[in-house]
Amino acid sequence: MTEVLAKPLPVGPYDRRGNSWWGVMCLIATEGSLFAYLLFSYYYFDFQLPSSWRPDEHPKFLLSAPDSVILLISSVFVWLGERAIKRGNRAGASLGLFSGAALGIIFILVQFKEWADKHFTPGSSPYGSIYFTTTGFHMAHVTAGVIALLFVGVWNQLGYFDRERHAAIANAAIYWHFVDAVWVTIFFTFYITPYLW
Amino acid sequence: MMHWAGGTPMTYLYGFGAKAYPVVWLTWALLGLSIFVCLIFAILVPWGVMARKSRSVFGAITTEPVSRGPHAVHWITIGVALTVVALTASVVGTVAVLAKVSHPGAGRPLTIEVTGEQWWWKVRYDSDSPDQMFWTANEIHIPVGRPVRVKLMSSDVIHSFWFPALTGKTDAIPGQTNVTWLEADQAGRYRGQCTEYCGLQHAHMAMELVADPPARFEAWRQGQLRNAAEPATPQAMHGQAILVKSCGACHTVRGTLAGGTTAPDLTHVMSRRTIAAGVLPTTSAGLSAWIANPQAVKPGTKMPTLYLSGPELTDLRTYMETLR
Amino acid sequence: MTATGLERTPEIKKVTPELARHMEELWKTKPGLFGFLGTTDHKKIGIRYLVTAFAFLVAGGIEALVMRVQLAQPNEHLVGPAAYNQLYSTHGMTMIFLYALPILSGFSNYLWPLLFGARDMAFPRMNALSYWIFLASGVFMYVGVAMGAGPNDGWFNYVPYASLPYNPGLNEDFYSLGMIFYGVSTTVGAVNFVVTFLKMRAPGMSVNRVPIFTWGTLTASVANLLVVPCVSLAFLMLWLERQFGFHFFDPGAGGQPILWQHLFWMFGHPWVYAIVLPAIGMVSDGLPVFCRRPIVGYTVVSLATVATMILGFGVWVHHMFADGLPSLALSFFSGASIIIVVPSAVSVIAWTATIWTGRPVITTAFLFFASMIVLFVIGGVSGFMTGSVPVDWQLTDTYFVVAHIHYVLIGINLFPVVGGIYFWFPKFTGRLLDERLGRWNFWTMFIGFNLGFLPMHLSGLLGMPRRIYTYPAGMGWGWVNMVTSIGGFLFAIGVALLLVNIVISLRRGQVAGPNPWDAPTLEWSVSSPPPSYNFAVIPKVESRHPLWEDRLEEIEGHTRVAEGPVLDHSKEALTTTILDADPDLIMKMPEDNVAPFILTCAMSLGFTGLLVHLWWMAAAGGVLSLVSLAVWLWPSRRLAQVSGAPL
Repeated sequence: MTEVLAKPLPVGPYDRRGNSWWGVMCLIATEGSLFAYLLFSYYYFDFQLPSSWRPDEHPKFLLSAPDSVILLISSVFVWLGERAIKRGNRAGASLGLFSGAALGIIFILVQFKEWADKHFTPGSSPYGSIYFTTTGFHMAHVTAGVIALLFVGVWNQLGYFDRERHAAIANAAIYWHFVDAVWVTIFFTFYITPYLW
Repeated sequence: MMHWAGGTPMTYLYGFGAKAYPVVWLTWALLGLSIFVCLIFAILVPWGVMARKSRSVFGAITTEPVSRGPHAVHWITIGVALTVVALTASVVGTVAVLAKVSHPGAGRPLTIEVTGEQWWWKVRYDSDSPDQMFWTANEIHIPVGRPVRVKLMSSDVIHSFWFPALTGKTDAIPGQTNVTWLEADQAGRYRGQCTEYCGLQHAHMAMELVADPPARFEAWRQGQLRNAAEPATPQAMHGQAILVKSCGACHTVRGTLAGGTTAPDLTHVMSRRTIAAGVLPTTSAGLSAWIANPQAVKPGTKMPTLYLSGPELTDLRTYMETLR
Repeated sequence: MTATGLERTPEIKKVTPELARHMEELWKTKPGLFGFLGTTDHKKIGIRYLVTAFAFLVAGGIEALVMRVQLAQPNEHLVGPAAYNQLYSTHGMTMIFLYALPILSGFSNYLWPLLFGARDMAFPRMNALSYWIFLASGVFMYVGVAMGAGPNDGWFNYVPYASLPYNPGLNEDFYSLGMIFYGVSTTVGAVNFVVTFLKMRAPGMSVNRVPIFTWGTLTASVANLLVVPCVSLAFLMLWLERQFGFHFFDPGAGGQPILWQHLFWMFGHPWVYAIVLPAIGMVSDGLPVFCRRPIVGYTVVSLATVATMILGFGVWVHHMFADGLPSLALSFFSGASIIIVVPSAVSVIAWTATIWTGRPVITTAFLFFASMIVLFVIGGVSGFMTGSVPVDWQLTDTYFVVAHIHYVLIGINLFPVVGGIYFWFPKFTGRLLDERLGRWNFWTMFIGFNLGFLPMHLSGLLGMPRRIYTYPAGMGWGWVNMVTSIGGFLFAIGVALLLVNIVISLRRGQVAGPNPWDAPTLEWSVSSPPPSYNFAVIPKVESRHPLWEDRLEEIEGHTRVAEGPVLDHSKEALTTTILDADPDLIMKMPEDNVAPFILTCAMSLGFTGLLVHLWWMAAAGGVLSLVSLAVWLWPSRRLAQVSGAPL
């Protein structure tokens, strides 16, 4: 029964076929769990403590809402970049990746400003601790994602990738979308739920 | 009279009181079921090996041919079915017993507050009127036949409150109040111990519970409410002065200026059978040993070494022996 | 052969000596220090895991023996409370983290590619990384132990006792940072196992044909991916609270001590299944070999493995029954903790039925596998008893639980492991372990273990609490503890006999051929020890028992190992599809590479900096880590990761 084995097979990873794709999926599963546990801790405090555990003034949307939109748009750019390389458009890919990274950097800077404006510190209260730890972890993941996008963009500029061979771009992109999706859950938890209950 | 029959004071294979009986029953039922299952496999496995074993030996394994063997999956089905029956019965029993012991039975409960400390138990007998409230330590007295509500707190780390013959464990957790209950239907002395690791001297954090007929309990309670007796002899008076000066920052003796609350209330220390949470008997020798060198008795204890001279120690002990 | 764009048709060849030599040239580890530090050979990494885990087993065992001397009689003075508390905590940490999982990772690493008909794991460099980090984190934590700053709050580390006011020394900092570091090793290893299972099986090895051992490790790995972050987060929160005054657990500031318990046990309970399910799988694969028949109920046993873990996610509160939680929650978790017995019953009955319907050939390996069944039942029923809330309120925190955990850990992890050593030692080394010494080994361990730990149920039922450095006379505990201590020492002699057997047999053991046990799975089709490339040609698998096909009536064709795709242009392996294992890609595998080792050194530097508050050192470690990662992940022509790479 050698027929099945006699057909041509691709050599090496291309697009999303290859082990590294599944590796990033596992990474997303484990890092996603991490955020699930951070949010679990928030909700645990929320249910155990009286509502005074949160600061009186609810978190503001003035900076956080546009910042969230920026992050979501960055995902669109990264998605466009990945689509470009699938069509063999190297320049388009770099544009998408670097734009995504740039918007990611803006997100981080705005977040730092939000942090500076807070009237509490990590050591003030459980709320301060869980807020800074959660958003801090997220920022660390955004930073890692930005570094990944930059590296992958540079590698693309060096001509490493084409319409078939671009596993690194696919991996960086899906990681970036994951970081985005996590932000939605964090935003909902910290910024929306105080208005709900 | 100690309920330490056969020299096993901490066993829960038998118990006393409304909270204990259903649990003892369930414990034996599950234990019996478990031993039964262990025996089944402890017999089946070696028996199977001996009954079915091949004549082939190590080194000649191929002389025993491989075969698919008879169909045997149905045994798994049968076994799982039996298991499910046993487990269902266990769940039903568990839920039933849990419901039964969750709340005290009839009778107005006596309420006491127990606070876990590193490494002793602070006990407060509550009351509606403040002049009926008093503190003690490590030894709890209750009337026979009346449910007792125990409010559990901790002032430092997590401890756990356990009198095996009377009730299961409930943790004393800082920042919250847990409530458990117990009841003794036989007079006697019961032993308890902290059962949540709480640091260096977790091993030496015992407590005792004395269940008395109601009249005797009331007499004890009245005695505990009284202030400390006035010292009558010069030695005792000197001893009281030493106590106030050296011990008053942490210990309380009602009726004196010693008013500290971070260590056991000593107003009626002689009425307790042991000191240092069950480590030493409340005798002359015990008191002397403890006060002279607490670190030697219970390394890591919060009680400081006082460096009293021999005569000072004797006078202090003489005074303390009046605190009945 | 056609080569268009990305594709190549693999050449089909027969296995010949020339092919073997060529493959050996391609795959062998480079000599010298570079090869030692940079090898990605899963077999070498597996042996390292086994040896290192065994060293930690011995360390943990010595810690236990000291405790057993201290507890043999009331009021002993061999060690004081501070030392004892570190002993029992370090013993727990060592056995549960530094022995129990890594020993199974060692077997899994060595065996998986061979069981699957593959050339290596999916991520060979990550494989090396997971070992180096395991070693580094274990050393990191033991540096603390050596300094007298070992963990001192149990392996479960409850707050507030673990917090700074009650625990001002470095003990908790070593433990917290060490565990976060160790968590990276476990996670990296888990990723590797999951992707290897999905993609690296030989053609024809559909998911219903894989050895049960791989179901065990796969289940454990998926679980670890989902729960290790929980404990890492808990330890990080503790570390932040201790260094910078964060408020997660301190009740004075609104912190919640019980939050620690939830986070710890949401990890801790799945973890204890992770450290037994692969070993259960070893018995499921090994016992039938000696019973000369396939296991009864392969499908239900595999499903039971997965079901145990899924249920295992929903029982963690049974470690917290005494916390004062509401009755409704207690009832739910109690029910779940009792139901979880069902899948375990499936495996136990399957093994017993396999013995009864087979023709057991008694060897040392068989004795360890068969005795495990009884030990499993004892450990299982004592666990079942603690699942009932009112009964657990008596049993918890007594020596009954200590008896339970040792029956499940020694009975369901160590006994299968030792059985696995007797079973696979010939494959790893080319020599058999001495069988007579093996029988002495088995009986000393079996009698010693039961003499030590069966009475512990009694000391527990007599009310002896856990985690106490001594106990008074007059409790009825003295004689039981003496028996336990004697049993413990006898058991230790048994373990020592194993080590003696290994040392002797490495030199003078009887030489083994490829398949001394006439076993059915693929690892027994290659030489003992296997060549560095495992399989000269990629096998095509047609059943669960490739080497027994001629003797069991199989419907499809025959598994082929003597002829197949050769994949010899460089270090190459075949990936296949997830469910049916149809050929998918030709993967280029990496050469020896020291980046994993360097990355581990960088991370060690970083964690050390955090421990001693030298922030520049921590930052340097972080930067070096990033640089190592960048070098590692740089797209490589040789690995066909860049356009225009050769095929």
